[in-house]
Amino acid sequence: MNIYADNAATTKTSRTVIDAMLPYFDKFYANPSSLHTPGQEAMEALTRAREAVAKCIGAKPNEIIFTSGGSEADNQAIVSAAMIGKSKGKMHIISTAFEHHAVLHTLDKLEKEGFKITLLDVHENGMVSAEQVREAICDDTCLVTIMYANNEIGSIQPIKEIGAVCKEKNVLFHTDAVQAVGHVHIDVKDENIDMLSMSAHKFHGPKGVGVLYARTGIRLTNIIEGGAQEKGKRAGTHNMPAIAGMAVAIKEACDAIDTHTPKIVKMRDKLIEGLLQIPHTVLNGDRYSRLPGNVNVCFEGIEGESLLLMLDMDGIYASSGSACTSGSLDPSHVLLAIGRPHEIAHGSLRLSIDYDNTDEEMDYIIEKTKKVVEYLRNMSPVWSDLKKGKREYVIQ
Amino acid sequence: MLYSEKVMDHFKNPRNVGVIEDADGIGEVGNAKCGDIMKIYLKIDNDIITDIKFETFGCGSAIASSSMATELIKGKPVKDALKLTNKAVAEALDGLPPHKMHCSVLAEEAISSAIKDYYDKNNIPYTDDTFKSLAHSHEEE
Repeated sequence: MNIYADNAATTKTSRTVIDAMLPYFDKFYANPSSLHTPGQEAMEALTRAREAVAKCIGAKPNEIIFTSGGSEADNQAIVSAAMIGKSKGKMHIISTAFEHHAVLHTLDKLEKEGFKITLLDVHENGMVSAEQVREAICDDTCLVTIMYANNEIGSIQPIKEIGAVCKEKNVLFHTDAVQAVGHVHIDVKDENIDMLSMSAHKFHGPKGVGVLYARTGIRLTNIIEGGAQEKGKRAGTHNMPAIAGMAVAIKEACDAIDTHTPKIVKMRDKLIEGLLQIPHTVLNGDRYSRLPGNVNVCFEGIEGESLLLMLDMDGIYASSGSACTSGSLDPSHVLLAIGRPHEIAHGSLRLSIDYDNTDEEMDYIIEKTKKVVEYLRNMSPVWSDLKKGKREYVIQ
Repeated sequence: MLYSEKVMDHFKNPRNVGVIEDADGIGEVGNAKCGDIMKIYLKIDNDIITDIKFETFGCGSAIASSSMATELIKGKPVKDALKLTNKAVAEALDGLPPHKMHCSVLAEEAISSAIKDYYDKNNIPYTDDTFKSLAHSHEEE
C-alpha cells in the first residue's frame, strides 16, 4: 500500500486543473501583455482567472495580484506594509513565533533595518488570541501578520476577531493563508483581512503560482521590478498555464469544502485517536480549531527522521519537524514555539491527509506507526532510560 | 536519494542492536536535545572485542553509523578498535551526506568512550592522546 499523507507539503494537481492548463502551452500561448488578437485572448483568460480567484475569497478582482507563490506574496505583503508604516514613522510589527519562514525571515530583515518586531506567544495549543493582539498594538504599530492556519500543527487562528481588533486600531492586517485557502471558507471582507497570501499547489493547483490579495487602497511595494504587469506591482510575463490552473483549482477546492470536510475530519480524528493510543504520545496543535486534514504528534524517546524512513518503507509518506529532516541542528521552530522541549520536538510526525485518502489507509497508518514507534523505542537508549526510571517522561 | 544503499541496508537491518547486561565497557555520547544519542556495550576477552551491542536514538544515518561501526570492530583487538575513525565508518557506508557526517563522528566517539570505560574499570593505563577524539564533545560539532 502506498499512502501519500503529506498534503501540507504539496498536493496532487487535479486532472481538471491539468486539462485547463494545457491549452495555454500550445493554443493560447500568446503573452497577455501583447496587443494582437491572441494576446488579448490571453488577457481575457487572465481577467477570468482573476475574477475566479477573487470570488472564492470574497475579494474584488482588482485586489488580486498573481505571484510566484505563497512566499513571494508573504514577502510583498509584509514589505509593503512596512514601507507604508515607515512613511508615517510607524515601525512596529506584530506577528507570532510560529509563522512560516517566508514571514519570519522577512521580519528578520526588517528588524535589521530598524523595525521593532513583537512575536506573540502561541501557547501550548498553538493558538493566539485577539486579546493578545489588542494588548500588543501600540501607536507605532504598522502591521499585524498572523497565519490563518499553521502549516505544521494545523491550528486555525481566530482571524475574524484579530482582524476586527486591527480594523478598530487602524492597523494593517495580513494573514498567510497558504494552508487554509481551499480547505476552509474564507471571506476577506467579513473577516477584516487587509492582505492575504495563498499558494495554488496547496489546493491541487500547480506549483509556482500564488496570489497576494491586497485591499483597495493599500499601496504595494514591488519585490520584482520590471514590466507593468499586475498594475506595475509585480513584473514578469504572466505564467498563464499556472494562473489558469490556479483559477480552476481554487474554485474546485472551495466548491468542495462542504462535501469533503466531514469525510476528511472523520479520517483525521480516527488517526489522532489511533495514534494517541501509543503510550507517551501527545497531539500538537489545538484539538478542535484545526485544519481538517492535519495530524501532528510527538512520540517520546524516538527521532523523527528514522521514523519517516521506516514509514516510507511501509509506503507511508509523511513529514517530521525533527532537526535531521530540516538540515539544521534545531528541530521545528513551531514545536519549540508551543513549548515542546528539543528532545520531544525531534520525535514529531505530521500526517496531512486529503479527500482521496481512505478509512482503510488510516487503519494501515495507525497499525504501521504503532509497530515502527515500538521498534525504534526498543533500540533507543533514551527509551530504555525512561523505562528504567533513569529519566523522567516529558509526555505522560 | 539522500542515503547510499549501504546506509539504507544498515538502517533497515541494523547489526548488533541491543544491550549487553554484563558489559566490560559502556560508552554513551551525544544528547537528546541535539537529536542523537549513541550507547555502545562491549564484551572484551583477552583484549579482543568478543561482543558488541548498540542502542541509538537518532536519524537514519545515526543508526546506520552505529551498526557499521560495531561491525567494523567486532572480533578485533581493542587497540585496533581505538584506531577506528569516523571517516572509516562513513567510507564503509559508501559515504554520508555532508550534514550527516557528525553521525559517524558520534559512532567513533561512542566506541572510544566505551573502551575508556573498560580501561578505567580494569585500571589499564593510557595517555591523554589515547582518547583524543573524546576531547571535543558532540555539542561543539
